[in-house]
Amino acid sequence: MKKFNILPLLVLFSLFVSGCTRPPRDNTINIIGSDTMVNLVQSWAEEFMKSHPDYFIAVTGGGSGTGMANLISGSCDIASASRKIKPREIELAAQNGITQHEFIVGLDGIAVVVNPGNPVNELTIDQLADIFTGKLTNWKDVGGKDGKIVILSREVNSGTHIYFKERVLNKGKSGASGGKEFAPSALMLSSSQAIADEISGNENAIGYYGMGYINPKQKPLKVAKDPKTGYFSPDIPSVVSGKYPISRPMFLYTKNEPNRCAREFLEFAMSKRGQEIVKETDFVPVK
Amino acid sequence: MNIKFRRFSEFLIEKAIFLSGIISILFVVLIFAFLLKEGLALFKYVSVKDFIFGAEWYPISEPPKFGIISLIMGSVWVTAGAIIISVPIGIAAAIYISEIAPRKIRGILKSGIEMLAAIPSVVIGFIGITTLVPLVKNVFGLSTGLTALSGSIMLAFMAIPTIVSIAEDAFYSIPKRYKEAALALGATHWQTIWRVLIKAAFPGIVAASMLGIGRVIGETMAVMMITGNVAKIPNSIFDPVRTLTATIAAEMGEAVRGSDHYFALFAIGIVLFVITFLINLIADIYINRELK
Repeated sequence: MKKFNILPLLVLFSLFVSGCTRPPRDNTINIIGSDTMVNLVQSWAEEFMKSHPDYFIAVTGGGSGTGMANLISGSCDIASASRKIKPREIELAAQNGITQHEFIVGLDGIAVVVNPGNPVNELTIDQLADIFTGKLTNWKDVGGKDGKIVILSREVNSGTHIYFKERVLNKGKSGASGGKEFAPSALMLSSSQAIADEISGNENAIGYYGMGYINPKQKPLKVAKDPKTGYFSPDIPSVVSGKYPISRPMFLYTKNEPNRCAREFLEFAMSKRGQEIVKETDFVPVK
Repeated sequence: MNIKFRRFSEFLIEKAIFLSGIISILFVVLIFAFLLKEGLALFKYVSVKDFIFGAEWYPISEPPKFGIISLIMGSVWVTAGAIIISVPIGIAAAIYISEIAPRKIRGILKSGIEMLAAIPSVVIGFIGITTLVPLVKNVFGLSTGLTALSGSIMLAFMAIPTIVSIAEDAFYSIPKRYKEAALALGATHWQTIWRVLIKAAFPGIVAASMLGIGRVIGETMAVMMITGNVAKIPNSIFDPVRTLTATIAAEMGEAVRGSDHYFALFAIGIVLFVITFLINLIADIYINRELK
């Protein structure tokens, strides 16, 4: 018996095939996208289905890019994204005859976290940029203990990765083309949970994730855009006031004009109860 | 009438079996054709040389860089490590099971090893990340335990069942008279195993190792979880690495269909396909040699 090891190829193949099927139905919606937002969207969906028992909402994570790719190929009704849609994606969607509508449904602060055993409590954006691009390599350089900094990043399919690169590494200069890259030695982890796990076991690690993930096993750093105006923690008041410098809007994108179910879902997300859920899942409401 | 019907049904069955046989080959051909179609499109943007030997993998930057030598080296380190661990253990286990173990223990061992093969790779990865990764970090005093070594150890577990079962078949198919002759000439049990049986089973052992390598190099989930995914040419087994398979799995969701990044991932798929094809080919040659 000849055993071809074609599993990865089959995965590719099935990804391709799955993009072509599934007929649209009016009372089912499919939401694919941001891992950061998956808990939030899942909570919305559960609450929404309680009050609208004839609707069914399927929620899948995978990353903002995954959501966009599915929106473009027409295989989901709503894409959740922790970054804005890229011009290239709008173009590709148009080629498939799909237009998309954008809704800002909440805000998210990105927490920069270290192990609780690490004496460093606050950093400036400049220091963060130097750490994540590999310019500063020892905790000594930023007031910590002597030890090589272990950089943890999300994979490139993560909206958080892209946002962090734009906002911290390149300080907002000309978007992703600002030219600064994550240090080649940065570990690329496939989920926020993986970052949390590695941070809790490694005193020299530094990583980032959405503030919803903050828990006592990791210590969020206070961050300052300019040390003179002060350092701020990633909490709801600082994000709402814009004082915490690394926060971003969270989006839902609908395919074409939303159908009845999708429209009602969006209305629910923006309703008082919907925005309460935003707060309950540790994000920042927009209303 | 009856005979006609029977002939007809026999004809149908024959064709159906033929079809089932041919269909798996057809799938491989179709997959390869699809890979080629999507993967070769990359070379409009990047030269083959820059793709294979380029040191930088920045697929979503402007301009993107698609160099996969660091990914190839990542796969090579993890695979080499896994093979160094799993081949000796696997072959020793096969010898024990086929030559030494009493019948009762043999049954238990065989089903145990089959169970090992049935553990999903995501579970192996999860166990690795919670137990092995901190252990590797502490034992070797590294800055992180997400290294090629952790990947190699976990993958060795996944390759061992393949190696044991094929190597055991090889030992089993050695004619009894080899062993009897060796013992009759006064060789001890150990001398018989070492001097006669291993030599006789050698093609099978090579085939087992090759299929083990094929298993390891194609593995995705576990390596993605525990090797750190750093796209940098590793200097040692203690460095984090990014493998070819993990790159495809991690980035496929993001890649916009029809973009150069998407084509690049398919081009990696071609590289993987070629590697596994060669490995299977070598394994096949040795398996056939053993039969003669």
